Amino acid sequence: MTTTLPSYDDVVARYEPVIGLETHVELGTRTKMFCGCPTDFGGEPNTRVCPVCLGLPGSLPVANKAAVEATIRIGLALNCSIAQWCRFARKNYFYPDMPKNFQISQYDEPLCVDGYLDVEVNGETVRIGIERVHLEEDTGKTLHVGGATGRIHGATESLVDYNRAGIPLVEIVTKPIPGAGALAPEVARAYVTELRDVIRSLGVSDVRMEEGSLRCDVNTSLNLPGEEWGTRTETKNVNSLRSVERAVRSEMLRQASVLDAGGRITQETRHFHEDTGDTTPGRSKETATDYRYFPEPDLVPLAPDPAWVAELKAALPELPRLRRRRLQQEWGLSDLDMQSVVNAGAVELIEATVAAGASPAAARKWWLGELSRRANETGVELADIGATPAQVAELQRLVDAGKLTDKLARTVLEGVVAGEGSPTEVMTNRNLEVVSDTGALTAAVDEAIAANPDIAEKVRSGKVAAAGALVGAVMKSTRGQADAKSVRELILERLGVQG
Amino acid sequence: MSDLTTKTAAEIAALVAGGEASAVEVTQAHLDRIAAVDDRVHAFLHVDAEGALAAARAVDERRAAGEALGPLAGVPVAVKDVLTTKGVPTTVGSKILEGWRPPYDATIVERLRAAGTVMLGKTNMDEFAMGSSTEYSAYGPTRNPWDLDRIPGGSGGGSAAALAAYEAPLAIGSDTGGSIRQPGAVTGTVGAKPTYGGTSRYGLVAFSSSLDTPGPCARTVLDAALLHEAIGGHDPRDSTSIPQPVPDVVAAAKLGATGDLTGVRLGIVTEFAGEGAEPGVLAVFREAVDALTKLGAEIVEVSCPHFTYALPAYYLIAPSECSSNLARFDGVRFGLRVGDDGNRSLEEVMSLTREAGFGPEVKRRIMIGTYALSSGYYDAYYGQAQKVRTLISRDFTAAFAQVDALISPTTPFVAFPIGARTSDPYQMYLADLFTIPTNLYGGPGISVPCGLSDGLPVGLQVMAPTMADDRMYRVAAALESAVGTFTPPAL
Ligand SMILES: [Zn+2]
Repeated sequence: MTTTLPSYDDVVARYEPVIGLETHVELGTRTKMFCGCPTDFGGEPNTRVCPVCLGLPGSLPVANKAAVEATIRIGLALNCSIAQWCRFARKNYFYPDMPKNFQISQYDEPLCVDGYLDVEVNGETVRIGIERVHLEEDTGKTLHVGGATGRIHGATESLVDYNRAGIPLVEIVTKPIPGAGALAPEVARAYVTELRDVIRSLGVSDVRMEEGSLRCDVNTSLNLPGEEWGTRTETKNVNSLRSVERAVRSEMLRQASVLDAGGRITQETRHFHEDTGDTTPGRSKETATDYRYFPEPDLVPLAPDPAWVAELKAALPELPRLRRRRLQQEWGLSDLDMQSVVNAGAVELIEATVAAGASPAAARKWWLGELSRRANETGVELADIGATPAQVAELQRLVDAGKLTDKLARTVLEGVVAGEGSPTEVMTNRNLEVVSDTGALTAAVDEAIAANPDIAEKVRSGKVAAAGALVGAVMKSTRGQADAKSVRELILERLGVQG
Repeated sequence: MSDLTTKTAAEIAALVAGGEASAVEVTQAHLDRIAAVDDRVHAFLHVDAEGALAAARAVDERRAAGEALGPLAGVPVAVKDVLTTKGVPTTVGSKILEGWRPPYDATIVERLRAAGTVMLGKTNMDEFAMGSSTEYSAYGPTRNPWDLDRIPGGSGGGSAAALAAYEAPLAIGSDTGGSIRQPGAVTGTVGAKPTYGGTSRYGLVAFSSSLDTPGPCARTVLDAALLHEAIGGHDPRDSTSIPQPVPDVVAAAKLGATGDLTGVRLGIVTEFAGEGAEPGVLAVFREAVDALTKLGAEIVEVSCPHFTYALPAYYLIAPSECSSNLARFDGVRFGLRVGDDGNRSLEEVMSLTREAGFGPEVKRRIMIGTYALSSGYYDAYYGQAQKVRTLISRDFTAAFAQVDALISPTTPFVAFPIGARTSDPYQMYLADLFTIPTNLYGGPGISVPCGLSDGLPVGLQVMAPTMADDRMYRVAAALESAVGTFTPPAL
């Protein structure tokens, strides 16, 4: 599309966006949703399969209780009502990565309904309504070989891997979110971030967008103020938090330009492109499939015992938002400082570092400073940077004990991140410890004085500032491992001058 | 025909246990019989002589080693080709699965092996169990041993014919709308549909999941009970399986065989009377009712007003479920694949495979079911049919508050000539008129031979409350003790 897009400020001044998010979360249960196959990531294609997840004739599903439990816990954490009786349903459509050519899902009887999730955007709380949380099975993965696009059309061969088929998938659907205005992209991102943190805190999924264990579809529409909501598009292939924000923004701009030109928005699925940041049309809903949903006759209805649900509710962990508030207080941070901790994804890391013995200030300094900088540079998540909270705490202990200067500590950290071992190991192996042995330091000072008699004389005669050159010489001979202040004091002392 | 092939399963098991006949001898006798008559009967789609003899040898070795043998050890059994058998072809009577050898055994097949029975092979059936005559098998019809020009019933005509032709003393069937009971009736054999959930569906290639019920077929009520006991009971791999022990059907069959039904109340459904069963069938049924009265049973008439809607409800629910269950047959992972020439798209290959692989009756039901589930039609068809199903279940519950069991003719007509009803699906569907309500309700039903009409067998159906399968065995065994068993003319 070559049309020039209007400016974002202009768009939000004239149109009101309504967004909605559908999120799929792969549960980290040990086994698949309806069979006993393992769920771990990877593995040779079609090695984690059995008659059930291959949909072989005669096979039958049996619901995974752990997956039902995880879904209920997600529902409870999202303030949903838990159905006392609900059913799985078959969603019928033909696609080669669906072994049975229907997906066992839930339709009009989801496990959890009508909840909400509070998120913070620019210091304000926005309440996102949750329409439903339901449980279904994942599909396999199709690889289209040959052809230019890697899509099914034009491919000469299609290869299917069913390892992922049948992995429990939880779908979380928001109610439409109107009224976010210019902040719509940020609200979308904040929601997905918060949802990810909530689910992670429950320990039911590793919620990694890059690995596809958290997938997000974004619905966007625009309308003129006071008018009915516009036609929405559904953007898929949104694979990072940043992309969630970009996808909403880009779709708002695109729709505005279509509407400005007097056009109409087509209800369709669009694909987000990470590289260009824009969306292109996918399958049009004009050829919408009739999924012919009906209750899954191979499974008995789910009827979670209310006492069990109450137990699960009572056992929910402290949810991220409340935990953040508590930590902010404990750490004595301003709203703004806490926000930067959250944005850096450092809450858990700092908490663990503090637990390992560091002060909150020191823990925050390392994670938000040196380590965040490295994470940004190398494009990895902070949690995956290669240093653990325990190591950061150890590093700080070495600084506090005077064994490392700040500068040396940064060098040690570099070694830790490079996998050279614990901070103490790196310090020892690289011989980076501060020279605090006075005998060795005195020898170095005396050596410097002997080698620079002119400067020594100047200092003795009262030009104390000239001592800097001697300090430099000592620092050089100790390869920076001495504390400059101590060196200076020692030089003055040896020359009989008051500092 | 060897003596061994005319024995009941109970008799064979006793011979094997007592060392009077080896399991290998018994098996060989049946394999010989199959070799002698099956080219005319065509009860089997696949005979696994090697596997059968190996299983028989294992039984003989266990006996020689002094191991305790179960009540059916060494007894041959024929299995309807609807159940998966590891490494043994399983076609469901369809071209779309020709040559498929499943990598796993159905639960029932596992239990048959564990019981020491000897699987002779797989029996013919209407394609995907859709039919009442076995004429819709993609591999040609099975013939009724009573008259080779007539149908053996369906869909499990192969299993029933194998029993009537003395090719096997026991067989497994599956009953979605009458596919065990109706073939039993028209071949003069016994066929029982257990309570839904009383026998595992794991490994049963699905036609209609909420109705399909595997069950026993035999020549005597006691044999059917013994087989029922061996295959029944909870299976954690089938979510719809009932977590309760099998009702004591064997004891009930033995009790019934004493010929005393004093204090038993049996109901005749008023609404079935006007449903146009053949006069000959009705006459034999009335004689059977008299016989039951003489055994001490009290006969009363009960009304089940919604049974009239059973057939239309069934022909919405079963095709709806089948349209979804049969979607997996697409040529991608197993079975037939047509048109994969490197030029056609995946969708085209799927379509061509299904076009070539499914027969006309299967396609008809897939289309009816697809339509009935379509958005905009769901409530009027599938939804409405489910409501009727609930009403029919209530009729049964109300009836069983008055009587211990219900009785009826199993099927409105005796075995009809091959080809007589294939041109009119509705005429074919009528064969299951009296058996379908039980499937919609989920309770058990049994067909037991009760006489002959113009030289052809007539069956009497006993229907009992869910998980009261023992009750129907008692009544059936009592009737059997009064009217005897029926032997077809020599082949
Ligand atoms: Zn599996």
